[in-house]
Formats: sequence, C-alpha cells, structure tokens
Amino acid sequence: MWRAIHRLGSPAIFYAVAGRLQPWCWALAIALLLAGSLWGLVWAPADYQQGDSVRILYVHVPTALLAQSVFVLLAAAGGVFLVWRIKLADMLAAAIAPFGALMTLLALVSGALWGLPTWGTWWVWDARLTSMLIQLFLYLGVIALRGAYTAAESGARASALLALVGVVNVPIIKFSVDWWQTLHQAATFSLVRPPSMPASMWLPLLVMVAGFYAFFVALALTRTRSEILRRESRTRWVRERVARTTGKAAR
Amino acid sequence: MRMTPRSQRLALVLAGLVLAASAVGLTLYALRSNIDLFFTPGQIAAGEAPSQRRIRVGGLVEAGSVVREPQGLAVAFSVTDRAASLRVHYRGILPDLFREGQGVVVIGELAGDGGFDAARVLARHDETYMPPEVAAALAETGGPP
Amino acid sequence: MSLDALQAWLAMGGDARYVWPAWALALAVLAGCALHARRERRRVLDALRRPARRGGMEDKRDAHDPA
Repeated sequence: MWRAIHRLGSPAIFYAVAGRLQPWCWALAIALLLAGSLWGLVWAPADYQQGDSVRILYVHVPTALLAQSVFVLLAAAGGVFLVWRIKLADMLAAAIAPFGALMTLLALVSGALWGLPTWGTWWVWDARLTSMLIQLFLYLGVIALRGAYTAAESGARASALLALVGVVNVPIIKFSVDWWQTLHQAATFSLVRPPSMPASMWLPLLVMVAGFYAFFVALALTRTRSEILRRESRTRWVRERVARTTGKAAR
Repeated sequence: MRMTPRSQRLALVLAGLVLAASAVGLTLYALRSNIDLFFTPGQIAAGEAPSQRRIRVGGLVEAGSVVREPQGLAVAFSVTDRAASLRVHYRGILPDLFREGQGVVVIGELAGDGGFDAARVLARHDETYMPPEVAAALAETGGPP
Repeated sequence: MSLDALQAWLAMGGDARYVWPAWALALAVLAGCALHARRERRRVLDALRRPARRGGMEDKRDAHDPA
C-alpha cells in the first residue's frame, strides 16, 4: 500500500497512469453531463413552489460541492507537500486551484440567479453566502501566493500553508446553515435521513454531481500531466517520451 | 524521543492547523449572535432586539394572518416562530414564494405599537422540493404540504 | 416536439432569465476549462519539441557526413 502510494508519487509513473485513465474520465464526464443536462432541463419536474427556477439547483449544487471538495484536496496536497516534500502533490495543487476558484464563483453566481426569483434578493450577508465568498478569496489568495515569490519553491510552500489554514472554512460553510439563522435553507441531503426531495429530482441531480466530479478528475489529470512535463522538462524520461511522440506525430 | 525532520514538519503543520481552527472557532463563538441574519419573534418579545434601528426578523407567515388592503399594495401579516408572533406592516411587491406557512425574513424597524414596519420582505424556502402534482395530491389527502 | 411545447420549455415558466444564464455560464466555464487544458498541453509539448527538433536536424547532418 505504502509502496503503491510512493510509486504514484513519482511524476513519471503518475504521468503514465494518468495518461491511461484520462480518456475514460473525459468520456464519462461528457456522457454524464449530457445526460444530466437533458434530465435536469427537460424531464425533471418543476417545483410546487419555485416553479422552473428550481432547475438552477442542478448546476448550483455540483459547483458548490466541488468548490469545497477541491479546497479539501488542495489542503491535503499542501500538507503532503509540506511534510513529505512530494513534488507531485504541489503540481496537483497548482493544476486544480484555478478550477476550484471558478467553481466557487459559479456557485455564487448561480446562487444569486436562484435567489432573485425565490428569495427576492440576489445577495444577503448571511453566514452561508458570506463564508462562500470568503472561500473565493481564500482560493484567490492560494493562487496569488504561488506567483508572489521569485523562488517557485517558496511560493509553493506559502500557497500550501494558506490552503491548510484556509481549510477550516470548509466545515464553517457546511454547518453555517445549522449553527446560525440564515436565509439559505438547510441541507436537503443527509446521511441519516431520506432526502426531502423525490427521486425524479435527486436522480438528475446525482447525475449532474457525478458529471461535474468526473470532469474535475479528468481536468486534474490532464493539467497535472502538463504541469509535470513543464517542471520535469530537463529529465531524461520526459525527453525520451517527447522524442517518441514527436516521431509519431511526424509519421 | 528523537524526531525526524519529516515528523517535525508533520507536527508543525498539525499544530498550525489546530491553532488556526481554534482561533477561528473562538472568533465565531464571540461573534455568534452577530452572524445570525435575523432575530426571531421570540427574541423580540424578550426585548433582545434594538428599537429604532434597522433589523431583520425571520419566521413563518402565520396561517390566516395575511390581510391585504383592497386597493394598493399594503399588506399586514404575522411572523411567528411558534413561541411568539410579530405583526408586520408592509407596502410593496411581495416575492413569488410569499404565502401563508412560508418562511420569510422581513427587513425594517420595530414600530412603537409593538408591530414591525417592513421595508423589504424576503422569502425563505425550506429544503423540501416536490413536483406540483405531488403537492396537490398531498394537499388532498391532508398530509404535509 | 411541437413549437408550442418548445416555446414553453424555453420560457421556463417565466424564469427563463434566471435558469438559462445560470446553465449557460456553468457549461461555458466547463467548456472553457477543457479547451484551456487542451491548449495548455499542446503549448507545453511544443515548447518541449523545439529543442528536440533541432536535435533531429543535427541527426540529419550526421547522416549526410558519411556520404
């Protein structure tokens, strides 16, 4: 088990394994997103109170979930990089941080577009919305810190540290609707009780969530591979590999 | 006990995480009432809310309490948290989701007569979703809305 | 699907101006991310190939030498 993790920590082996996985991830992501979009936009029913605006749920929930999951992964990668000095963890962090920031932004914007017809306002400073905005700033900080140092290694370390400290915001987002009075409603899904939503709505939502996650995995694999090539460009295995693909392209 | 540089770094990172979490936790604990978006009618009945200052009150629109003026946009309704209720006066357009039994957040000031003058009304929706047909069927059998 | 049904679908029960922008934005961001990742990979590979190609020319010169 440990040996397997260490082997995957080697950029060359990760590059090869990710290369084999990535076409499947892209295919899965596209298939799930297509099916989920059709299901959510066409076949899923409207809500008895919110009408068709409830369909924003099918993009709002996946983006909000990813905004938090990507940050947890960013913090985990930061911890692995700081403690074990595994470079691959930092390459992964560099590859996924901008996507996490975009998902946070999308969650905020889709939430605003949903809030207008349902709440009657696009923004309130309640605990859920505010903690999500803080999450966006944390992402921007993590991305900016990486470029703020002339030495790449210092930037990577500062960025990892902020991700580690900033991860305390994730449980705050999650529980904000339980701990405080908010305009945002409580969670519809929980592990301990059935969802307060019929299957005709949570099934398309599940497909969309799976599609967004598959997309994230595919994007993370592709971008981490590019990052590996960029940083390991002087190593022998990268040169050999590029020489081989160039030969193939020429033929 | 000798620590390798690696376990030293691990300890440092974990200690930093615990420190950051407790700092944030203490801050949130100190601010706990300020982070709440609104007062409940119960808190207002207990005199916890300031008067002559813009505040927000949240609760459910009491069933059968909505009185609309025949002409114009004036409306009065009671907001309740089942412990106490507060009479709200409002003039303006109500959000689509506003209805009896629905959660609302009203923004305005406490009036001298113990009522509340709202400048804005926001609808709060709960975490329950269902298709209209199901809701209609449930209403017929007298189940929950 | 009839034209009326299509129009009703596009109107989203009066919420078209909220539902469509939210979806369009989300899908556009995903498409943008995918395209960017693809272009980034090409860029990185091109940058790596440039010195490699020069090496290839040297090889050719070497091949001419014995002739």
